[in-house]
Amino acid sequence: MFSFDSFVDLPLIWYSLIGTAIFLYVLLDGFDLGVGILFPLAPSDQCRNRMMNSIAPFWDGNETWLVLSGGGLFAAFPLAYAILMPAFYIPVILMLIGLILRGVAFEFRFKASAKSRKIWDRSFHFGSLTATFMQGMILGTFVHGIAVNGRNFSGGSFDWISAFSFMTGVGLVAGYSLLGATWTILKTEGETQEWARKTAKIVMVVVALFMGLVSLSMPLMNPDIKQLWFSLPNFYFLQLMPVLSLVFLIMLWRDLRSEKEFRPFFLTMGIFLMNYIGIGVSTWPWLVPFDVTLWNAAAAPESQSFLLVGTIFLLPCILAYTGYCFYVFRGKASHEHDAAY
Amino acid sequence: MSAHLDPVFLARVQFGFTIAYHITFPAFTIGLASWLAVVEWRWLKTGNPLYEQIYRMWIKIFAVTFGMGVVTGVVLSFQLGTNWSVFSDKVGSVLGPLLGYEVLTAFFLEASFLGIMLFGWNRVSKKMHFTATVIVAVGTLISTFWILSANSWMQTPAGFREGADGLFYPTNWIQLIFNPSFPYRLIHMVTAAYLTTAFVVGGIGGYYLWKGLHVKHARIMLGMAMIMAIFVAPLQLLFGDMHGLNTFKHQPLKVAAMEGIWNTEKGAALRLFAWPDQIGERNRFEITIPKLSSLILTHDLNGEVKGLTSWPRKDRPPVALVFWSFRIMFAMGGLMIATGLVALVLYFRKMLFTTRWFHLWCVAMTPSGFIAVLTGWFVTEVGRQPFIVYNVLRTSETISPVAAGSVALSLAAFVIVYGFIFTAGAYYILQLIAKGPDASEEETYGSHGVEKPPLVTDIAAQTGGKDV
Ligand code: HDD
Ligand code: HEM
Ligand code: HEM
Repeated sequence: MFSFDSFVDLPLIWYSLIGTAIFLYVLLDGFDLGVGILFPLAPSDQCRNRMMNSIAPFWDGNETWLVLSGGGLFAAFPLAYAILMPAFYIPVILMLIGLILRGVAFEFRFKASAKSRKIWDRSFHFGSLTATFMQGMILGTFVHGIAVNGRNFSGGSFDWISAFSFMTGVGLVAGYSLLGATWTILKTEGETQEWARKTAKIVMVVVALFMGLVSLSMPLMNPDIKQLWFSLPNFYFLQLMPVLSLVFLIMLWRDLRSEKEFRPFFLTMGIFLMNYIGIGVSTWPWLVPFDVTLWNAAAAPESQSFLLVGTIFLLPCILAYTGYCFYVFRGKASHEHDAAY
Repeated sequence: MSAHLDPVFLARVQFGFTIAYHITFPAFTIGLASWLAVVEWRWLKTGNPLYEQIYRMWIKIFAVTFGMGVVTGVVLSFQLGTNWSVFSDKVGSVLGPLLGYEVLTAFFLEASFLGIMLFGWNRVSKKMHFTATVIVAVGTLISTFWILSANSWMQTPAGFREGADGLFYPTNWIQLIFNPSFPYRLIHMVTAAYLTTAFVVGGIGGYYLWKGLHVKHARIMLGMAMIMAIFVAPLQLLFGDMHGLNTFKHQPLKVAAMEGIWNTEKGAALRLFAWPDQIGERNRFEITIPKLSSLILTHDLNGEVKGLTSWPRKDRPPVALVFWSFRIMFAMGGLMIATGLVALVLYFRKMLFTTRWFHLWCVAMTPSGFIAVLTGWFVTEVGRQPFIVYNVLRTSETISPVAAGSVALSLAAFVIVYGFIFTAGAYYILQLIAKGPDASEEETYGSHGVEKPPLVTDIAAQTGGKDV
């Protein structure tokens, strides 16, 4: 049986791969969940149709990154999967139910009569909102730390509810909304685009506020994180993240006041990247903060090696054909027959 | 402990419910994707617009079913962790890579090209569109490959060792993936999916013929479905028999439960009907055919079949459920073969498209595939109990440390949400069937229904849901 653990640090490679998968999930499903969150606020049914058409071909592929993140965790770090999933039992189930309700809305809405379409509009909106809020709360709970005994979660059913996780929940709702709004700017024109630009400006302020709040409370909550960020020489390197975030925010603000269509979306992605790296640095090297490291949780080296061989070939292929799909559906979304099948 | 708040029991009910719900959709989409590829190929090849119209009708039904398959599948991939965390921890190194490969080789492929298949009509060439359909069809088969490999490993584990730490480690990937029951299960399941689809397509075709609607399209649907029934249904009997012999070799206890045999017998009879009594260790009201069971299983009239009492009570599965599920599946298989034979006779008498009672019969057979698939899985999964990994790991030892109350709540939530979306999905599919294949462009719904003429919905409301 082959294994590469004598040449490379397999757990570290898998940590980066799964980290990348989760990040791609956040960006990709982030924009279509964000569209769902903003959906009822759109000024007209025609706008809503355009927004829906702009994401209908992509949402399934986007969500598959979530399946890869979960499946990858199970494959490469089964212990972490086995501790985290029960710890997040209720929020994960609620997230899944949210994803179900919004997922079926894509198809059902197409088929529904004008009256029952309202049901699926709601189901799309509340499903997206619930899924996002739960993801945010899961993130907050994760950063906060998880009670572990031996190889099992040992906390209670409601450990995931705290002021901090509530804050990260709301923060993520705002963050995905910003992705959704800037995506809408990119993919639509006219009335819809104008509305999206206005919305993005408001949402952006909320995002900035929550970024500040979360960044401040993390070091206050946990002395290790404080030590990590504020000791020298770390301080100099780590400053880069907040500084760049700020730069991106300012650029975004100026773009939103101009006619720019492309850059806002990518700047938002940049802001997400900075925050994501920040969280990664704060929780390094824990997979279950603050009990299990990525090396403790690793699957057998044979298993990590076996899956790695395929991943090296398959991941570029996946990225390539995902890119092709975005290319096929390039340009502005219409509100009518163009998208019919 | 009361059964209702026993966390193991609740987790099992939840897993059984969500997976049985999920498999209903793949059972149909796997076959439908392949069939759509064939239909589109016929269209490109012959230029006959009938094929295009059939394609455009069924792709909408496909879209609804596929969407429901996806969202319920995502639930399963998390449930291994939320509800069976000890299992995940112990077998992660063995099963994790298989599920990982499923995502990498199949799910991304299906999800990405589905977008082109559904929305790409005016954006890619016809050839590329056809390619997308084929890719989606192949994706569903690849996904079947990996998930059945994982499931078969739990039935007939191979290529692994149990470490001193109680965790399982792979020792040989080839043996692990191609474990003893896998080839049989894969063939049997893919065939099952094809048959399921065939009987749905044939049922709708039969309905149209019976009603005298869309006759030209209906002939193609019924004709293609009956080709499957004539050739593939008998093959399924063969595959099922081979699968059973394989099970007899590796899981004789399961076969004893399927056959309802309590005491080891030479020249064992086949029980056509019986009421297995788990506690009394015997059957009530047996109707038997002497020696047949031994003949099937050992190819010898006096071959020995081990009975359930050869194993300790605590290792036995619930016999009645396995026994009856198996008979129902078998009966469906028999009915499918019979349908194929009748179709063959009618075809040679040139009466296939005019015999009204037969069309009605096909309508009645529409759910047969789903019934067989579900009961088949009950045999397989319940027959494996009380083990989660056969003879190695018990189901009761692998549950998550989650409060019973949480599981009860999540189970209730799934039942309600799934009930709701199932009702809606079924309603929209019936509407699409009522609308039929020659709906013109105007009536499609890229517009999300905004400009849909009211007429169509009226027609659907009149005919939909009633006699379908
Ligand atoms: C015989 C085939 C089969 C079986 C036994 C299962 N599935 Fe399935 N699954 C499929 C065949 C399939 C499919 C044909 O590939 C689906 C159905 C519809 C679809 O969209 O893809 C799918 C979808 C699907 C998805 C969504 C994929 C996406 O995002 O596109 C997930 C995560 C799973 N499944 C996971 C599971 C798990 C964890 C199972 C068992 C415990 C399972 N499936 C049993
Ligand atoms: C898709 C068709 C399948 C169906 C209809 C099905 C059905 C079931 C049912 C009814 C049970 C409950 C048995 C009992 O507790 O008495 C069960 C158990 C289980 N199945 Fe399957 N199953 C399927 C496929 C799979 C696959 C592909 C896997 C894994 C890779 C799997 C993993 C499990 C596990 C982990 C259990 C244990 C939980 C339990 O015992 O309830 N199943 N399944
Ligand atoms: C016609 C005679 C048939 C025979 C003799 C037969 C035999 C079997 C056997 C022995 C099993 C259990 C294998 C095990 O758990 O180890 C099984 C399972 C199953 N059967 Fe059948 N079967 C028949 C028809 C059908 C039909 C018509 C369908 C569906 C259309 C079907 C679908 C399934 C499924 C989905 C399973 C569970 C998955 C698996 O283990 O393969 N079967 N069958």
